Amino acid sequence: MELIDSYLALVGAGQAGWGPLLLTAAAMTIGVSVCGFLAGTVIGSVVTFMQLSRHMAVRWCADCYTTILRGVPDLLIIYLFYFGGSSLLGSVGGLFGYHGFIGMPAFLTGTLALGVVSAAYQAEVFRGAFKSVARGELEAASAVGMRPWPKFRRIIAPLVLRYAIPGLGNTWQLVLKESALISVTGLVELLRQSQIAAGSTRRPFEFYLTAVVLYLVITWVSSILFKRMEARTAQGIRRAL
Amino acid sequence: MDIVFMRETFLTLLTGLPLTIELAVTSILAGSALALVIALFAVMGGTIGRAITRAYVFVFRGSPLLVQMFLIYYGLGQFRHGLQDLGVWWFFREPYWCAVLALTLNTAAYCSEIFRGGLQAVSMQQVEAARACGMSGILLFRRIILPIAIRHALPAYGNEIILMVKATALASVITIMEVTGLAGKLIADSFRAFEIFIVAGAIYLAINFVVTRMLMVLEFWLSPHMRMPPNPTT
Repeated sequence: MELIDSYLALVGAGQAGWGPLLLTAAAMTIGVSVCGFLAGTVIGSVVTFMQLSRHMAVRWCADCYTTILRGVPDLLIIYLFYFGGSSLLGSVGGLFGYHGFIGMPAFLTGTLALGVVSAAYQAEVFRGAFKSVARGELEAASAVGMRPWPKFRRIIAPLVLRYAIPGLGNTWQLVLKESALISVTGLVELLRQSQIAAGSTRRPFEFYLTAVVLYLVITWVSSILFKRMEARTAQGIRRAL
Repeated sequence: MDIVFMRETFLTLLTGLPLTIELAVTSILAGSALALVIALFAVMGGTIGRAITRAYVFVFRGSPLLVQMFLIYYGLGQFRHGLQDLGVWWFFREPYWCAVLALTLNTAAYCSEIFRGGLQAVSMQQVEAARACGMSGILLFRRIILPIAIRHALPAYGNEIILMVKATALASVITIMEVTGLAGKLIADSFRAFEIFIVAGAIYLAINFVVTRMLMVLEFWLSPHMRMPPNPTT
């Protein structure tokens, strides 16, 4: 009992107020993950189209992209965007006569890094989904005289989405966990906030344990949401059978 | 692009390579051994065994590895006196062993799922055939179930090994100077992120290239029944 009381006084909304801060930080974790994931969807779609291209050189570029981004540690990519972006901003500042240090915004770093990394995984998911679209569906669409764009928007895209959702769910979980790495850039997300709290109270165990629990809650809730989405997009299949 | 600088960077980063490989090999071996135990529990442990393994897998797959590492390295440091009394403080004092422990526990969660899939993919007929020949117990497990399970699990296990090689980079955050740790230090000193990133990335790609080739050889060696029969006419 005493243990729980002292824990609540430390982490709860008590006088120290770390609880609300941790929850805000958890919201930041979700925010940067969502932005990174969506950026990854956009970049990943482009890479998928490149993978499906008729030209070998384009396909080769896309292959290089996925191989490199999946083969290099994500921490290095975060360092690249953080320090590389800062030095790039510094040289742009130099053009305008400002020679001080311009730091790369941490949220932007996180979004870009998570975006380019998750794009590599999402591209593979989308490619698999594209390949599972039955030829008959495409031929049927052409047979009723659909032009390429409506055919893509009304036939191919919904089918691809349906096949891709389980894979996208995995990628989302990956991005969510990877967002903890953004703490090295100083963005106050869940891990960084726990570090700050652990440092100032000298009680690292309680705060990191809380962080683990919060991450578990987020991943658990999002897995339920993805299950629901999967069920909804699969409705058409059930009705047809 | 400064070639001289890149060559110097390469030589500096190479000094971190043994540590990266050591971290990866130690945690993969320990993690696989633990994963095998967990997978056996999940398959044969009954309701309680299954519940325990599911909770373990949920916790370690659902939270970031970096947080687990912090929890072990900084979090357990809080119980220094208790750990000293238990005589295990030498272990938790070293960032290296904390990193190995975190990586091991993490990879064991992923691997146990892979092994469980492999064990469950062994068909009943093969076990029955072995039983009919009089095999049972350890012998059955060692000669029939395990080789077949390994064959099923190998592709996914290969992915996990590559993920582990990349995951060792996180050890740099708890002050271990392996390849990424050295790269991060160099970047902070020189601010030349692009050159250093290219060199460090190339080192990791080279490791993973070698690992994938080795896995391909292993897969070829383990699946003689899948090979094309030698052509009798030549």
